[in-house]
Amino acid sequence: MGVEKINMPQLGESVTEGTISTWLVQVGDKVNKYDPIAEVMTDKVNAEVPSSFTGVIKELVAQEGDTIEVGELMCYIEVEGGGSVKEEPEQEKTADTPAPKPESEPANEDKKKPAANQDTSNKKRYSPAVMTLAQENDIDLTQVEGSGKGGRITRKDIEKVIADGGTPAKTEPQQTDAPQAEEQAPKSQPAAAVQTQAGDKEIPVTGVRKAIAQNMVKSKTEIPHAWMMVEVDVTDLVEYRNSLKDKFKAEEGYSLTFFAFFVKAVAQALKEFPELNSTWAGDKIIQRKAINLNIAVAKEDQLFVPVIRDADDKSIKGIAKDITDLAMKARNGKLTSADMEGGTFTVNNTGSFGSVQSMGVINHPQAAILQVESIVKKPVIKDGMFAARDMVNLCLSLDHRVLDGLVAGNFLARVKEILEKVSKENTPIY
Amino acid sequence: MPVMSYIQAVTQALREEMQRDEKVFILGEDVGKRGGVFRATDGLYDEFGEDRVLDTPLAESAIAGVGIGAAMYGMRPVAEMQFADFIMPAVNQIISEAAKIRYRSNNDWECPITIRAPYGGGVHGALYHSQSVEAVFANQPGLKIVMPSTPYDVKGLLKAAIRDPDPVLFFEHKRAYRLIKGEVPEDDYTLPIGKADTKREGSDITVITYGLCVNFALQAAEKLAEEGIDAHILDLRTVYPLDKEAIVEAASKTGKVLLVTEDNKEGGIISEVSAIISENCLFDLDSPIKRLAGPDVPAMPYAPTMEKYFMMNPDKVEKAMRELAEF
Repeated sequence: MGVEKINMPQLGESVTEGTISTWLVQVGDKVNKYDPIAEVMTDKVNAEVPSSFTGVIKELVAQEGDTIEVGELMCYIEVEGGGSVKEEPEQEKTADTPAPKPESEPANEDKKKPAANQDTSNKKRYSPAVMTLAQENDIDLTQVEGSGKGGRITRKDIEKVIADGGTPAKTEPQQTDAPQAEEQAPKSQPAAAVQTQAGDKEIPVTGVRKAIAQNMVKSKTEIPHAWMMVEVDVTDLVEYRNSLKDKFKAEEGYSLTFFAFFVKAVAQALKEFPELNSTWAGDKIIQRKAINLNIAVAKEDQLFVPVIRDADDKSIKGIAKDITDLAMKARNGKLTSADMEGGTFTVNNTGSFGSVQSMGVINHPQAAILQVESIVKKPVIKDGMFAARDMVNLCLSLDHRVLDGLVAGNFLARVKEILEKVSKENTPIY
Repeated sequence: MPVMSYIQAVTQALREEMQRDEKVFILGEDVGKRGGVFRATDGLYDEFGEDRVLDTPLAESAIAGVGIGAAMYGMRPVAEMQFADFIMPAVNQIISEAAKIRYRSNNDWECPITIRAPYGGGVHGALYHSQSVEAVFANQPGLKIVMPSTPYDVKGLLKAAIRDPDPVLFFEHKRAYRLIKGEVPEDDYTLPIGKADTKREGSDITVITYGLCVNFALQAAEKLAEEGIDAHILDLRTVYPLDKEAIVEAASKTGKVLLVTEDNKEGGIISEVSAIISENCLFDLDSPIKRLAGPDVPAMPYAPTMEKYFMMNPDKVEKAMRELAEF
């Protein structure tokens, strides 16, 4: 019998860590290869981790609630034949843990020690020879006294430390939990700590919430957003859709939503304006060929943006079906990372919660996001007379590095045109 | 073992080689009857006659050209440029003919000429009598450039140069001629061309230099030893092609390297030494590679104060060595 490790798998393209929400096995359980052993929550999805081996669970290293980096150890499993893990895995792990970098607290220390007239300006300036010797001999340079100019540690100083046989005591590797907890805090966290008042409730920021926070900060800090809105008369669309919806529901088993028409119109317009279907890549702009539309699906405190793949290939019915499927998956927590990857443009159905105007945050690294607002019956002037019309606002946030007002305006005008022409005659559902 | 001056070692080596091999002959300006302006060939005219010690016209291109032709026909000429400064008219002969004939003839021809020339300043010689010209020739594969620092090295290396099957430029520091004395064995010995020599073992800093500056560095090292600074001194001896192995070893030994030359700073021999160290010794270096050299001005000045400012001396070397040790 040998022992193998099961490590945190890579659960998505940009996923770096996962939190174990539930262990599905216990020590002593027999599992087959590919059997799920744990439920893991990542920035993007909740997923089941399959066993990489057939065998008996020996030890659960990670606890429920622990956040594990991709590739880090989750548990040990006893397998038939020789395993790859040597005895005493615990010790091996500690040895592998790199010592915390000593460079984090330089300035303060220097200030604390006035050290009469002693210039220590070069104390932390290491020559290649010093770095090499310190690494080869495992010497903590913060513990070495420098005899060079400005307190610089010279090669001779290091050679002397080595000759004396003593590497100054290395700082003990800290418990892995502590630094990880610190790393979890989103980079956006303000420098000053926010005070909690009596009666306030503290909600830890984890998983999807954390990912949302990071993505939003990234998008808003990296992308120069610009914004524009058009008003569209969708009276004919509303009439057309209402004439079909009951029959459609009865025949297909799911609803024919307004949103499907909007998504279809966007996919069609994107084909004509590929500039909007692109990504800023520093020294170039990448125009995507595939039109994969993210749609936003909210669930309690979570927001998912699953993808309608190749939306330009699909009929309104096909899109309606995808929307239904993805929304269902999101509500049941069944979205996979495959459902979330590869989006090239985002359409957000803000109208579903009554909004009539909103400024979307671009789904990084895409170039634009379109918000479809509520359809509202309004008095408008048509043919020189007041008329009651179904009006909707389309709001576009755009990456001004990639796009300018002209192309974005033309795109919106095209979407508007398509939507206003929707009718039984020229808009097939199937 | 007799003690002799640097220039006596030159004469001694020439005499011994002329006695040993009658194909060896000398040509140059005033080398015959006069025995050379510095007396390097003193007595050789009387001993070997006018057929083997030739007084030539004031035409360096011809001195080099005649020497090269004779060498290619099997002779072992030792041509003297009265001052290294005057070698310029002969550069075409040396670089385009002597240096390249073996390669150009696919090994059918060789050119075993030795060209001696006194170089360097500090003798109140100004522009035409003070230049260091080694860098002009130091990127010409096919040439060898020897610049000895002691009488012992002079004799061993000059004999090796004369016996070398390829052209060798042999630059002698004119201020060293009578300034530097040392023990020189009477027997016949040669020293390998292309090999550097450790002149002092030390562990704090490494000084790499050549020619007269070796002497300055040794003087400075003795003073600094009293302060507890222990300098390692490598004498390049052959400045082209360089002894890379020795350079890397010496630089790695202490990780603090000072390169010294009397020549202008940029584009000289020590610049190449610095490049070799950079390429090979990064992880042994404990300080930036430091160059101590003459300023990048066109010529050695005539005014004594300005000449002193330009010229290398033990104090300048000592100061630079101390700074490096303290780094």
